[in-house]
Amino acid sequence: MNWGSVAEFLAMGGYAAFVWGSYAVAAACIAGEVALVLRRLRRARGEAPGASVR
Amino acid sequence: MASVLYTYASPQAFYPLAGRMIPWFAWAAAILALAGLYVGFFVAPTDATQGEAYRIIFLHVPAAWMSMFIYVVMAGWAGLGLVLNTRLSGMMASALAPTGAMFTFLALWSGALWGRPTWGTYWVWDARLTSELILLFLYLGFIALKEAIEDPRRADRASAVLALVGVVNIPIIYFSVQWWNTLHQGASVSFTAAPKMAATMLAGMLLMVFAAWMYSIAVSLARVRAIILERERDAAWVREAIA
Repeated sequence: MNWGSVAEFLAMGGYAAFVWGSYAVAAACIAGEVALVLRRLRRARGEAPGASVR
Repeated sequence: MASVLYTYASPQAFYPLAGRMIPWFAWAAAILALAGLYVGFFVAPTDATQGEAYRIIFLHVPAAWMSMFIYVVMAGWAGLGLVLNTRLSGMMASALAPTGAMFTFLALWSGALWGRPTWGTYWVWDARLTSELILLFLYLGFIALKEAIEDPRRADRASAVLALVGVVNIPIIYFSVQWWNTLHQGASVSFTAAPKMAATMLAGMLLMVFAAWMYSIAVSLARVRAIILERERDAAWVREAIA
């Protein structure tokens, strides 16, 4: 285990902006891509938003 | 074997097959990513010279590898479509392009945020960074060309030529750190030498690489299903499938 506390983990040894800036943008890109693909699939099937994609 | 391939080369047969495969790849991606992040943040030690900033590589290296690998696969499908004139090939190439572009962007973005604390700069016009930026433009050009041509089969053929010409950029990216004196360092992992990093760092990175593979397959299969429905919307089987 590398971290003594949650605050220490979040601080990333002073590189918080760089480390979390990378991972946050990656998470947003992936979430966005998944949302766009699911929406496109729903539209292609002519379903209402919120309908399950199977 | 060949007959199985021919069967699934038809969009009608591939559509349900892709639907069955997606949950497996999606779950594998989620589990591998959680394991990779756990190893990357809680097991792998602090780097002696880079401190905690090095933890960006667990994102950067998989993104950079996928950006190149997806391009090769995309160009492969595009080329196959050009030669065999199969409908599914162009759809597969279209389905891969946005995911490849996203990983290229993430490789550039995470590289910039890693470069700032490590090199002292977000960006430098060195061979590795510049050729990776060109890769992003190739993806965007491929997508734009497809969108610009009304007839999808003609769009497939035109964009396939672009994709195939762009393949020349992949070895340039890969070997740039050997061919030129770049600020970007050489490969940390190769097939011919022992990895230049701690075992737990390598494990975290490889878990993230496999997660990126599984994610790419899952999301591309989902996108190709949408593309199949969009392009074959007038076919009887589609009207039955979505009824």
